[in-house]
Amino acid sequence: MTDDPSRLPPGSDPDTVDLEDVKKQVHELRKRMGSRLTPWERVRLSRHELRPYTLDYVERLFTHFSEIHGDRRFGDDPAIVAGMALFHGEPVAVVGQQKGRNMKERLLRNYGMAQPEGYRKALRIMKFAEKFQRPVITLIDTPGAYPGIGAEERGQAEAIAYNLREMARLRVPIVCVVLGEGGSGGALGIGVGDRILMLENSVYSVISPESCSAILWKDQEHAEEAARALKLTPDYLYEFGLIDEVLPETGDGAHTDHATAAKTVDEALQRHLAEVSRLDPEERSRLRYEKFRRMGAVAEAAAKESLA
Amino acid sequence: MPFSKDKKPLQAPPTEEKTVRTEGLFFKCDNCRQIIWKKELESNLNVCPKCDFHFKIGARHRLELLFDEGQYQEFDPNLTSTDPLNFFDRKSYRQRLEETQKAVGTKDALICARGKLGGREMIICAMEYSFIGGSMGAVMGEKITRAIEAALAEKRPLVIVSASGGARMMEGAFSLMQMAKISAALARLDEAGIPYISILTDPTTGGVTASFAMLGDLNVAEPGALIGFAGPRVIEQTIRQKLPKGFQRAEFLLEHGMIDAIVPRKELREYLINAFKFCLS
Repeated sequence: MTDDPSRLPPGSDPDTVDLEDVKKQVHELRKRMGSRLTPWERVRLSRHELRPYTLDYVERLFTHFSEIHGDRRFGDDPAIVAGMALFHGEPVAVVGQQKGRNMKERLLRNYGMAQPEGYRKALRIMKFAEKFQRPVITLIDTPGAYPGIGAEERGQAEAIAYNLREMARLRVPIVCVVLGEGGSGGALGIGVGDRILMLENSVYSVISPESCSAILWKDQEHAEEAARALKLTPDYLYEFGLIDEVLPETGDGAHTDHATAAKTVDEALQRHLAEVSRLDPEERSRLRYEKFRRMGAVAEAAAKESLA
Repeated sequence: MPFSKDKKPLQAPPTEEKTVRTEGLFFKCDNCRQIIWKKELESNLNVCPKCDFHFKIGARHRLELLFDEGQYQEFDPNLTSTDPLNFFDRKSYRQRLEETQKAVGTKDALICARGKLGGREMIICAMEYSFIGGSMGAVMGEKITRAIEAALAEKRPLVIVSASGGARMMEGAFSLMQMAKISAALARLDEAGIPYISILTDPTTGGVTASFAMLGDLNVAEPGALIGFAGPRVIEQTIRQKLPKGFQRAEFLLEHGMIDAIVPRKELREYLINAFKFCLS
């Protein structure tokens, strides 16, 4: 960009212009742009193929990560990785959806879309953590649970439903971070915890903008409008009281700087884990219940309108 | 010419219908294509008398069928959505809600009621599919959670009859989080040892199946009900192949071990009475 003279500020001589100045200007411009990203641009960023995925964070946040495979029922689903690790020297269980960066990996990970056995594996590891009083960290990044014949046959809905109920009463701390795409029930299936954090350019939605457009507008052309209507960006969700913190991303976004993104997540995880670990299990359990209990938006209509 | 002698002009069709008007009296079954007398269908609990096809029924009708003598007391009838997203697609959600409320006669897609079943006090929640596809927003989430909390406090068993396309997208993540909220409440009910039976009727899909509808102590379905996580169209588009016959029907789920029983509508009351006898003294 800087070697194209036509892009330089008017009147500046390409031979004398200070590279640092230009960099600063670029930075300023990007910052201004960044705060004005449309919801649809956020959706696209959340799916950016250079965005750090679960394993990129695992590598940077934990030591001695040791993967635990399989649901002991049917198989091992590579779309969800789970295991034990040390987080700043303390043992934790880690569960997260993993996308792939190239075609081979994407196929292996099924684009981060888990099967029922993935959700069952996730819960198995969480129960393992519960038994030995270790906290659970879940990393969410999925377009959704996989909609396929086998998934239906093996009870995709039941697997997610069961996770929701069991996570709600797990007796150890759970902190969930939405890294990229928070795709509906598939995300929520590992997303019930004491804290729910979201990276700035991640999204969390009941339905993808594309599907929403297909249903409400009867075509795929209105995804951008749907993204706006769904209010799926972290700023809104925080305002709604559905999530606990928005984690800022630097520069153009996490995809340009994995190390900084990991540092941000690391710092937030430490802070929230410390807070919820201090509570005794009864209290934590009560607070977790109340957290979700409050989520809603209802009004009591005038009784005179009521129907007999 | 022998071929051209018949030159009668084309006649306009008779203006007066010659057939007997049967509109509203008879009904063609969606399944067996046979003509059924509407009265007969109604007296048969909206089940086709010829092929046993289970037609959808409304929430009030459902509650009348289940409770003793059809008697129940509704609670929380006036909860309504605040439209937290200020949602607008081709028309505003607010307008859609108002129109639907007028047309259907309920404030949202669920009716909660107390009453007796087989002489036993219980709470039954029934969904109204004609209300935006029985979709679950914050109102349904709140009403079901209150029903669970009431069941806990009053130590009454709970029945939820589902008929829903899933989470309501016009309430975005609020709808999604109802799945977690209800499931958390069900965890408490479970710990308290209070029985909950989930009845899945046609159709039960999406976020409703992926939360409370699959969390019953017993999960039972009506014959032929479509039950699944993803809708059949979504699956077809994803895997780009035709779905097997009977896929996601109650019988298919039974065969795959995903539901406990298929119970015809006629036998549902009896089934519940017996099941609760097992669960409670």
